[in-house]
Amino acid sequence: MIELRNLTRHYGEVTAVNDVSLTVQTGQIAVLVGTSGSGKTTLLRLINRLVQPSSGQVLIDGADTASLPVHHLRRRIGYAIQGDGLFPHRTVARNIATVPRLLGWPKSRIDARIDELLALFQLEPAAFRDRMPHQLSGGQAQRVGVARALAAKPDLLLMDEPFGALDSVIRAKAQSDLRDIQRQLGTTIILVTHDIQEAVQLGDRIAVMDRGRVLQYDSPAQILTQPATPFVRDLIGPTERAFRLLSLTGIGPITMPGEAHGTPIARDATLRDALAECLWSGRDALPVQGGGIVTLDALRANAAQDRQ
Amino acid sequence: MIGRLLLALAAAFALAFLLSPTSFAVLFQPLTRNGAPAIYTQASLLRLTLFHLGIVALAVLISTAVALALALFVTRPVGREFLPLARTITTIGQTFPPVAVLALAVPVMGFGTGPTLVALILYGLLPVFENALAALTGQPAKVAEAARGMGLTPAQRLWQVDLPLALPLLLAGMRLTAVISLGTATIGSTVAAKTLGEVIIAGLLSSNTAYVVQGGMIVGIIAVLIHAGFQHLERRAARATGQTD
Ligand SMILES: Nc1ncnc2c1ncn2[C@@H]1O[C@H](COP(=O)(O)OP(=O)(O)OP(=O)(O)O)[C@@H](O)[C@H]1O
Ligand SMILES: [Mg+2]
Repeated sequence: MIELRNLTRHYGEVTAVNDVSLTVQTGQIAVLVGTSGSGKTTLLRLINRLVQPSSGQVLIDGADTASLPVHHLRRRIGYAIQGDGLFPHRTVARNIATVPRLLGWPKSRIDARIDELLALFQLEPAAFRDRMPHQLSGGQAQRVGVARALAAKPDLLLMDEPFGALDSVIRAKAQSDLRDIQRQLGTTIILVTHDIQEAVQLGDRIAVMDRGRVLQYDSPAQILTQPATPFVRDLIGPTERAFRLLSLTGIGPITMPGEAHGTPIARDATLRDALAECLWSGRDALPVQGGGIVTLDALRANAAQDRQ
Repeated sequence: MIGRLLLALAAAFALAFLLSPTSFAVLFQPLTRNGAPAIYTQASLLRLTLFHLGIVALAVLISTAVALALALFVTRPVGREFLPLARTITTIGQTFPPVAVLALAVPVMGFGTGPTLVALILYGLLPVFENALAALTGQPAKVAEAARGMGLTPAQRLWQVDLPLALPLLLAGMRLTAVISLGTATIGSTVAAKTLGEVIIAGLLSSNTAYVVQGGMIVGIIAVLIHAGFQHLERRAARATGQTD
């Protein structure tokens, strides 16, 4: 569990982070969203002490991080920086091996970990292990950056716009992989993004930041249905809200017994997928793989419920 | 390609000349007057060349060590305020004439190699210092941030990140220092250091142009070779550190 208590950081006249308090439970993903310059990066850097707070505390599992030697603290916290920040003079493999080597892992374990991570991020180990960073595309470099942050299996992972340079296909894949990895390892993640859809899909909690303050820290559904301020409402985009909400829920709860025609929809599809399929194929009801149906009426009734 | 060929030819010529200077007497004969000898034979040219190179190598190594240590010091938090002072010292080292250094050092150190070494070291500080400074301060902010964020200690950052990335520029500074020192070392012979300057001075004293030319020629060819050698190393270091342009 990680707790931020009244964190504040001034830069001269600017208050980059202003009295931020929030708690991220172990194994959860907290997503920071907000306009450019709202203090997201500074908040992340306060957590691993790349920036010293002007006031306030960061507690990890109850222990004040100010009491730990910074380099020990940082080796326990994975950090994928905005852009990629790979070491230009080291191969992909050596970059990924950075923290495990600092921690003194045996070579065989490091090598296995490198290949495991490369494969996980769709980078053929044999082809990428020995490449230099300047031989990678922007998206590949970014994935190596995330792999490097994950290398030593940190309990806490800080990610600053980790998927910014990825195309939509790889991005979706990277997001679901991150979810899987996170569930598997129980890693706590604090992730910064500009993409509200990404925040809604990945976040257990979303923190909306504006000019150094956290305006609202809530579950995605809460943020979407009950924005705390007009700023939050505008940021999430009122016209997109209905679709984002639909994408949060699987079709399970509204699946009912019955028969329908046409191509069936996957059991783990979201309400948004179901609505899109109804509209696109002009059907009022869709069969669900493995039995049952989803109807347009049920979708509408569900949306009406959310509105209240 | 042609450049390499010329370098190889120059190297072969210099080597052949040093191993058997008298075989090249006909080349230098036209530069002599009144039947003076065409080739300097009071001392072995090869030996003089090796001494000359030895002094220069030692001076470059020491200048590099001192200048790099200074650059590292003024780029750490503790030493930041000494940057103007370090700049002044290295600039004075470069602007103070080496001849004057010799004149001042001889009374203290006596004749021989010592004063020459001091003059060369002072003269060579500036290029290495300025290049090391540029390399250490010009590193991408993201790389430094990543290194800190992953928990490298200051010493680990220095050895594993800062110095490897600074290597190409550092080598460029050493190249300038080496080439400058190679020429400047000749004046060491005025205070009895064993360098190729001995040949040139003997030529000047006896009005024998052949001596002056052969002394200058050897120094010149070696300077060109060393320049090319360093450039080769710089390119390799740049490639190895992913800093190819
Ligand atoms: N080292 C610094 N010195 C001075 N001001 C800074 C420094 N770092 C950040 N700031 C200021 O603090 C504010 C917050 O910056 P921060 O980088 O945290 O924003 P951000 O939310 O990450 O923005 P973006 O989405 O563009 O990355 C900005 O006004 C920025 O100019
Ligand atoms: Mg940022």
